[in-house]
Amino acid sequence: MEHASPEAIKKHVRTYVIVFVSLMALTVITVAISYLHLDVTAAVIVAMFIATIKGSLVASYFMHLISEKKLIVLALILTAVFFIALMALPLLGYHDTIG
Amino acid sequence: MRTYVFSQDHKIIGLQYMMTALLFLFLGFTLMLLMRWQLAYPGLAIPGEAFALTPGILGLIALLISLISKRKLTGLVGVLFLGIAGLVWYLVSDETLFPEGVMVPELYNSFGAMHGTIMVFLGVVPLAVGAFGNYVVPLQVGAPDMAFPKLNMISYWTYFMGGVVMLSSFFLPGGAANSGWTSYPPLSDIATVGQTVWLFGMVFLITSSLLGSVNFIVTIVQLRANGLTFMRLPFFVWAQFVTSFLLLLAFPPLEAAGILQLMDRLAGTSFFLPSGLVISGQQLDVSGGGSPLLWQHLFWFLAHPEVYVLILPAMGIVGEVIANNTRKPLWGYRSIVYATIFLGFMSFIVWAHHMFMTGMGTVISTFFQTTTMIISIPSVIILTALVLSLYGGSIRFTTPMLFALAFLPMFAIGGLTGLPLGLAPSDIHLHDTYYVIGHFHYVVAPGTIFALFAGLYYWYPKVTGKMMGEGLGRIHFWGSLVCMNGIFFPMLIQGLAGVSRRLYDGGAQYSHAQSVLQWNEVMSISAFALAAFQIPFLINFFWSIKKGKKVESDNPWEATTLEWQTPTPPPHGNFTTIPEVFRGPYEYSTPGSSKDFTPQNVR
Amino acid sequence: MQIPFTVAARPDTGLHNAKLGIWLFLASEVMLFGALFSSYILLRVAAPEWPHGSTLLNVPLATLNTVILISSSVTMVMSWASLMLKDFAKYKHYMGLTILCGLLFLLVKGFEYGAKFSHGIMPGEDLFYATYFTLTGLHGLHVVGGIVVNFYFWGPGSKMWQTEPQRFTNRIEVAGLYWHFVDLVWIFLFPTLYLL
Repeated sequence: MEHASPEAIKKHVRTYVIVFVSLMALTVITVAISYLHLDVTAAVIVAMFIATIKGSLVASYFMHLISEKKLIVLALILTAVFFIALMALPLLGYHDTIG
Repeated sequence: MRTYVFSQDHKIIGLQYMMTALLFLFLGFTLMLLMRWQLAYPGLAIPGEAFALTPGILGLIALLISLISKRKLTGLVGVLFLGIAGLVWYLVSDETLFPEGVMVPELYNSFGAMHGTIMVFLGVVPLAVGAFGNYVVPLQVGAPDMAFPKLNMISYWTYFMGGVVMLSSFFLPGGAANSGWTSYPPLSDIATVGQTVWLFGMVFLITSSLLGSVNFIVTIVQLRANGLTFMRLPFFVWAQFVTSFLLLLAFPPLEAAGILQLMDRLAGTSFFLPSGLVISGQQLDVSGGGSPLLWQHLFWFLAHPEVYVLILPAMGIVGEVIANNTRKPLWGYRSIVYATIFLGFMSFIVWAHHMFMTGMGTVISTFFQTTTMIISIPSVIILTALVLSLYGGSIRFTTPMLFALAFLPMFAIGGLTGLPLGLAPSDIHLHDTYYVIGHFHYVVAPGTIFALFAGLYYWYPKVTGKMMGEGLGRIHFWGSLVCMNGIFFPMLIQGLAGVSRRLYDGGAQYSHAQSVLQWNEVMSISAFALAAFQIPFLINFFWSIKKGKKVESDNPWEATTLEWQTPTPPPHGNFTTIPEVFRGPYEYSTPGSSKDFTPQNVR
Repeated sequence: MQIPFTVAARPDTGLHNAKLGIWLFLASEVMLFGALFSSYILLRVAAPEWPHGSTLLNVPLATLNTVILISSSVTMVMSWASLMLKDFAKYKHYMGLTILCGLLFLLVKGFEYGAKFSHGIMPGEDLFYATYFTLTGLHGLHVVGGIVVNFYFWGPGSKMWQTEPQRFTNRIEVAGLYWHFVDLVWIFLFPTLYLL
């Protein structure tokens, strides 16, 4: 990244603009869908799905994760695993009790 | 001022951590000694003078030594010891805290909570990671310093601030935190103001830890010398590497929990307060709807990896000392490394074995029992490899080696006593009893602390250019070994009989405890004796700085790792020429070699 | 004494120190916000009833804030790209916009909070508001931190461009990573609190 040429940077800039427009569109979409007042489960799934796409765009292109070194991606995957454990296991504990 | 107080040199920072941590360890120990008086002799007036006098005398001795040897730092330590004596005197003389010389239960609770907090967060981890990690890791990877020296300096002072905040809570109305080091709500939500200060103190300490762990990981990944591949790293560095990941990823949920508890205490929220809570006959005027179990999940998500933070650096030190004093490579280096990595990973998914008694169903209980049993495997692999490393070795029974050797069976006892706690059926009987206290103290006291002593005796000559006295070292070792067993083994007995922990009267009012009550006095006397046996260590430590036997070379232990291939003490920047590494960390007794050791950076 | 790889990348990892450092820090931040997120889920699942965000909170205003923050993310990455193209003036321009957007975000947030407080609604009102104030509050503190850092790099810190341009560019990249993360958290926070 440090030694990228001006042409490469200009290509990146074009990508940033495309991503920006996509993020705006997705924001409008997610707000619009919320007015449909879907039932909770469907609403959560749709909203989180759209948020994940938006987040992935920011991470992949603004944060350059898509071309980032393996080491970093590995550390993040590890983090994701632990985050999922932190989310899932207490929920399991909530549902699985004795009486 | 800039050179020493706000130094950015990892060695100075390491020493700052060491001095602060040792003082906190001593303070935490003193709190426990006061508690043990109450447990052994309930209702008997405490000889406050004796308790205050001990740190007082040590302080005076340190001052004396500092005058003779003209060392300002020793004088500072002396003053701080006198400060501890002053704090003890202040507490013991307070008629509301010690009416007629007998500790009130609220103070007992407070001492219990602060003993745990101080020992874990202000004592052991800062010593194991902050002191040893900071001083040794950059040297062992062949780096001029840590990757972010300024951040390192900030880490230390944030820790120091956290310590000041924690200590200040003793002087508040209502005293220091008293809801256990575990701070379970609803109690901690409604506890006295000391709890709020505890939470702020924890925010400082967690911040310090996070900044430190980033520094360690980047240093180990990025600043390794040429030729120093990951599989050529000393085990101590691997241990610190995995430890740093544990600190990095496990602490934030506790920070989150701390924020939520602060909101509960200061902003009137009910994150951890269930609906309809009645306290002293009054319905609590909050919105309710919260979950006390939520705190437990968030707390133990950190606190379980935290125990591996306590043990891994210790295992690392033991590995270094054993390899050096057997004149052999560590047995099964690869197994040890993979086991350490696996242990680190598993440590994140076992936490609810601290929560078996919260009404868990069979599915989640089985999950956590299974992961807990699995995590014992890498622990055993590491311990076995360390023991097997002794086989066929040319053993030198130096003082660090004595501590490292004792670590092995002591950690074994600690680990084995953990097994019935990790299985729910037996945990039903043992949870929240003295058995638990005995278990974890075996791992931390004759386990980790012994390893830290080994490290202090081992690396002392590199830092000071003097050897610590072997005679005093042996007295320190044998006395501590016997006394620690005298304190913690009876706890296993009392726990099996069903004596609960955190009892002000040590179980005296319970019929099931009567048969084991006599152990209280045994344990307390052992504790007082343990304190006495630290005196030879302290005298040795400070006296030897100036008057110890001078080292004959930069590498008095004839060790292979890079920290011994520097001047003594290492200058700013550590290495006079950039080191290059040609071999693994433990080339001892290589066949065909003229000497019984070959340093990593020799061609 | 020089610390290696502060500017140039280490060959085998391909990273310079601060790049690895900031990603590790962000990993810890994922765990921090993740823990709060998990707490929110647990509390909501266990609650007998939970209000729909849009009935209690101002969705159009928050949508505006989302647009503002995403825009600030674009201007942030553009400020870094400008430095890569050696255009210091453009850098100042974009970084200034980023700071402005950040301040605007806080202004709107302040207005939102003020509206609630003036109606006597405090965090202790109920669990919904407790989570709303705590989550957005902590996020807001992170925005403040980011603005402070960005302002330093826009102002006094930008002097480094004259003496060590590569190192300065690295610093902006690192600051950018932090700022994008703050945006990322909001991307999840916004629908969770306001739209569900």
